[in-house]
Amino acid sequence: MKASDSSISVKRPVRIDIWDVGIRLILLVASLSCLLPFVHVVAKSLSDDAYVIANKVFLLPRGFTLHAYTQILSDQSILQSLYVSVFITVLFTALGMIITICAAYPLSRKQLRGRTVITVLFMITLYFTGGIIPDYLLINNLGMLDTIWSLVLPGAFSAFNLLILRSSITSTIPVSLEESARMDGAGHFRILWSIVLPLSKPILATLSLFYAVGRWNAYQDALFYIKYETALRPLQLKLYYLVVQASESFQLEMTFVQTSSPEVLKAATVVFATLPIICVYPFIQKYFVRGVMIGSVKE
Amino acid sequence: MKTKHKAEVIPKNETAFIRVEHEKKTIIYYLRRDWQLYFLLSIPVLFAFVFKYLPLSGLFIAFQNYNILKGFWASEWVGFDVFRDLFARPDFGRAVRNTLLLNISDLILSFTIPIMLALFINEIKGTVFKRVNQTLLYLPHFLSWVIIGALAYQLLGLGSGMMNNFIEQLGGSRIPFLQEDLHWLFSYLVIGVWQGMGWGTIIYLAAMSSVNPELYEAATVDGAGRWRKMWHVTLPCIRPTIVILLILSLGHVMGGSFERVFALQNMATTEFTTTIPILVYRWGIENGDYSRATALGLFQAVIGLILVLIADRIAKKLGEDGLL
Repeated sequence: MKASDSSISVKRPVRIDIWDVGIRLILLVASLSCLLPFVHVVAKSLSDDAYVIANKVFLLPRGFTLHAYTQILSDQSILQSLYVSVFITVLFTALGMIITICAAYPLSRKQLRGRTVITVLFMITLYFTGGIIPDYLLINNLGMLDTIWSLVLPGAFSAFNLLILRSSITSTIPVSLEESARMDGAGHFRILWSIVLPLSKPILATLSLFYAVGRWNAYQDALFYIKYETALRPLQLKLYYLVVQASESFQLEMTFVQTSSPEVLKAATVVFATLPIICVYPFIQKYFVRGVMIGSVKE
Repeated sequence: MKTKHKAEVIPKNETAFIRVEHEKKTIIYYLRRDWQLYFLLSIPVLFAFVFKYLPLSGLFIAFQNYNILKGFWASEWVGFDVFRDLFARPDFGRAVRNTLLLNISDLILSFTIPIMLALFINEIKGTVFKRVNQTLLYLPHFLSWVIIGALAYQLLGLGSGMMNNFIEQLGGSRIPFLQEDLHWLFSYLVIGVWQGMGWGTIIYLAAMSSVNPELYEAATVDGAGRWRKMWHVTLPCIRPTIVILLILSLGHVMGGSFERVFALQNMATTEFTTTIPILVYRWGIENGDYSRATALGLFQAVIGLILVLIADRIAKKLGEDGLL
């Protein structure tokens, strides 16, 4: 046995290597479990109907065709929901950031009278809220049911995000820098715009991504508030009705002679809806990791 | 230019005439001095008031026989009748049981597995392998529950799910992963672990990276192997992190995600899918029974708040920061 020969000379490395390989194997299985579902769905979406119906598609497409995608792209309601999602995500992120900055900067000023009271009032919203029905009735009373605003305005205030930004401002921006700016005659707006915001760019990027990804992925509020205006459904809710609940059928143009089987269409829709996140994911991941770290270290 | 003068003059006044100034400084003085700050602050305060505090007044309809046509002021007050009716309903008991069952078993799994995974990732020395692994493991966290639900049905579905196709090819029989109550419960938990396991490692990995390397060296000198170092060095060093995260998640046992259950539920499984948020939705938004649904939501919020306060107390007793 050659292996035993070598183990006499280098005993320890061989023993350790086994565990090392074992741990790597476990991690490999875990990360493959995160990857393979996507590989399967992509394969299914690119396959010919016959193979999918016969349950013969696993990780590679069989009978390659882009037919399902051409059908999805010709479905007006899916494209419409994509526009809605993009629109509300941009609007929501911009508004959320404005509110967060407007709250975090004053609350980081030590001289501000009443800042403790306001901070406590903001923090209470983290632990006690009205809940589903009072929120729904409020949106109803404000006349915002079945409008874009019901998806933009209620969630734009986030006590969590503003507390993160506040502690980041207090910890990263030296007081002396502001004092010298004030000596030069800068007011609060000027200090905020020219000193605090440029110096907080990384955390601002992180928080905007929190807002954007959160809005993009949410469907609960749309499910509650968008009932009759089907044109205002964001992509996630559309996907829910199309794929998960399967209560809605694809609005396909009847000019197509042959339509794909629902299974292939579903798979293609899932890929279509996942693609935006997968595309930006490699770039936004590090900001999120940083955000988790900041969020976990409270002042 | 005025602001400049004020900023320079005020500190002098404060030190020179402390007593006199204290009496003179009224709210108007501060409003005038910091009007820019109060102006900025008025925007978030307005949003918090309208969208966070105004709904709290809606909680009163739990004590009314609320009629959406009559409105809040004309509806009849009934005291605790709604709660009495609520507690007597079999659906209520089932929802509480399911909420606790799903959240507690989720807590046990979603708590231990990230720790183990973080221990393993921490052992890996090669950076490329580690980074690729972490990137893949974090991915599910960025997906919406709708996409995860859709993926789950594509993979675990009874008729055409990939896992079942695979099992059948190997000669087994199809398993109703999502279409039978107990199987659904199991799948729900596994999917939760899948979604959160990678993301959960981040905080532990950060805690592990701050462990003093001398401790490992000393342990090696004492003859400790890989597992003993994990057990006697790494785990004790990250114990404060584990304890605080455990306590914080205990506070959420009464909560739970609406989106997760809603995306994974289906007609075939109803035994474990009726959690409190789902029932609130069904009663309130689907059936328009606002008073009863609000009462259920209020019940959940109060118990949840008590749990968070208890968790905070325990954390502070153990010398941690707590969360309030």
